Amino acid sequence: MYRRERSIPLRGSAAPLCNNLSVLQLSARKLTYFGVVHGPSAQLLSVAPEGVPLAQRQLHAKEGAGVSPPLMTQVHWCVLPFRVLLVLTSHRGIQMYESNRNTMVYWHALDSGDASPGTWSGRVLVFDIPVKGPNIILSEELAGHQTPITDIATEPAQGQDCVADMVTADDSGLLCVWQSGPEFTLLTRIPGFGVPCPSVKLWQGIIAAGYGNGQVRLYEAATGNLHVQINAHARAICALDLAPEVGKLLSAGEDTFVHIWKLSRSPESGYTEVEHCHGECVSDTQLCGARFCDSSGSSFAVTGYDLAEIRMFSSV
Amino acid sequence: MSVRTLPLLFLNLGGEMLYILDQRLRAQNIPGDKARKDEWTEVDRKRVLNDIISTMFNRKFMEELFKPQELYSKKALRTVYERLAHASIMKLNQASMDKLYDLMTMAFKYQVLLCPRPKDVLLVTFNHLDTIKGFIQDSPTILQQVDETFRQLTEIYGGLSAGEFQLIRQTLLIFFQDLHVRVSMFLKDKVQNNNGRFVLPVSGPVPWGTEVPGLIRMFNNKGEEVKRTEFKHGGNYVPAPKEGSFELYGDRVLKLGTNMYSVNRPVETHMSGSSKNSASRTQESIAPNPLAKEELNFLARLMGGMEIKKPSGPEPGFRLNLFTTDEEEEQAALTRPEELSYEVINIQATQDQQRSKELAQIMGEFEIMEQPRLSTSKGDDLLTMMDEL
Repeated sequence: MYRRERSIPLRGSAAPLCNNLSVLQLSARKLTYFGVVHGPSAQLLSVAPEGVPLAQRQLHAKEGAGVSPPLMTQVHWCVLPFRVLLVLTSHRGIQMYESNRNTMVYWHALDSGDASPGTWSGRVLVFDIPVKGPNIILSEELAGHQTPITDIATEPAQGQDCVADMVTADDSGLLCVWQSGPEFTLLTRIPGFGVPCPSVKLWQGIIAAGYGNGQVRLYEAATGNLHVQINAHARAICALDLAPEVGKLLSAGEDTFVHIWKLSRSPESGYTEVEHCHGECVSDTQLCGARFCDSSGSSFAVTGYDLAEIRMFSSV
Repeated sequence: MSVRTLPLLFLNLGGEMLYILDQRLRAQNIPGDKARKDEWTEVDRKRVLNDIISTMFNRKFMEELFKPQELYSKKALRTVYERLAHASIMKLNQASMDKLYDLMTMAFKYQVLLCPRPKDVLLVTFNHLDTIKGFIQDSPTILQQVDETFRQLTEIYGGLSAGEFQLIRQTLLIFFQDLHVRVSMFLKDKVQNNNGRFVLPVSGPVPWGTEVPGLIRMFNNKGEEVKRTEFKHGGNYVPAPKEGSFELYGDRVLKLGTNMYSVNRPVETHMSGSSKNSASRTQESIAPNPLAKEELNFLARLMGGMEIKKPSGPEPGFRLNLFTTDEEEEQAALTRPEELSYEVINIQATQDQQRSKELAQIMGEFEIMEQPRLSTSKGDDLLTMMDEL
């Protein structure tokens, strides 16, 4: 069970974009970083234990070419083996920063064309990141989607059974499953069914996908077979997150609800099973972001449209 | 963000504007044979609505509107509605115009937020158009214009995917972000809380295409269901009864976007529930706007397409008050934030010679809303009027 903790105030309310919350936990320093998009900027906060806010800063979307000021679309901390990068995306391009400084290490401009940025065409851009320094290179562009990409999930491939490394989702609900290597290879495609898939996660060879009709579906990554279908929310799902240590899944919807699910494999059949653990209603708030704050899923945070704070919950 | 949002934004806000003006004009209605020259009659009301609707659905104007383009600022859009509201014999003071715009925006924000599916915003638009057609039943030419717009909407939006509608919805919500004006009718009906936030119910029918939450189904590799469990969702939902019609005529099912004003319900707003709200609104207006030039171009193109019917011969401007009394309107005018005035646009216009020429022409057609001392405004106290004669 979870109970509500002290909220963290935001300078500006969260934009009604999907997956609009990123969390980075620095357990060694007992700090948690939060990132939320508001209009043309990303608000970044560092918070001490007990939810005590320490510092706040804002980063703006780079102007680039074009007439209107760009709106930011996503903020995300990418945890790589040797470094952590803060990635901001807007319609103008992709900005990457060192996680703890305001210096931009890389800027990739997207083609403006007819006012349609690159990844809206469905291309997945793959960047090679060096251990340190700004020498980031665009190494691959993956084709597989025809509509804008909504989310990307990755997991280190484990053992012989789990070959899949990456899942990409798009506005039509299509999921593409990839295997990494010198180049990425497309393993399988899971077609949509008329609604977007705004959020996707990968865990131990299981794909968890949240859809615009409120359903959460779990697939086997290697084959694309549907294993579980949950009628989870009464409105579109806006965010999913996983606590990998314990196999807990978090789903947040525009219906004001957050749900926590426990994923497992049946010992007899080996098929994926799901159990509902907890539900929380954030009254009168259309949610837009949700994350576990630690890999064991003992606490989670949510953001909502027009809500100028991050709501925090932790387990009792 | 979606470049197909403007027509939906404009038509729905325009629809709300017509509902409010219709209600207000009816409330001040005097039977034709008993009315003085300065009082609103049924004939006047119909004329005002006819003039505004025919300007709104003018072909050239609609052509500009439907071009794929980004949304411009609230200030730029408000300028268009101010011009539209003055397309007839009716005049509005700045305070009344503010109140009208607040009511329009909060109503449509409510409708977008409560739309079950993103695609339902199209049904909301059709609800507005259906009611607008009711206002101009006696004018076949204008009816044709509205039907033509209906066809254009179906052509452009009929084939959009759920993902594209989701993007349109997000674009609209971003436009309305942080607006929390309290509207007394919404407060009374309990659809808005005292802090200005709308109530999002967790009961009722689910959207068309969504299942009632609560079921977990598990399958084997052959796709056969092997296990089924239920969980407690927390809400109280029921299945959707049927899908609304997207045809020219049909049962829309959805009530959002229908006329919720009636003669007996006064339209009141509370301007910003707390100082924090007004501060954030002010900040948005006074922040340096790098878009100013583009916005001027947009306004020039859009309003250039508006054909305003000039009343032939000298006709006094009949003022409509959105407040209950003239004193209330004066009071509201005094507390109006300065940033809402239009000096800012004018100053920037003169810096660009070519644009300023076009804009000066358009602005010249605007009638400045000061209260001329000798005007006969409908609703004035009889005694005051006699003093001025």
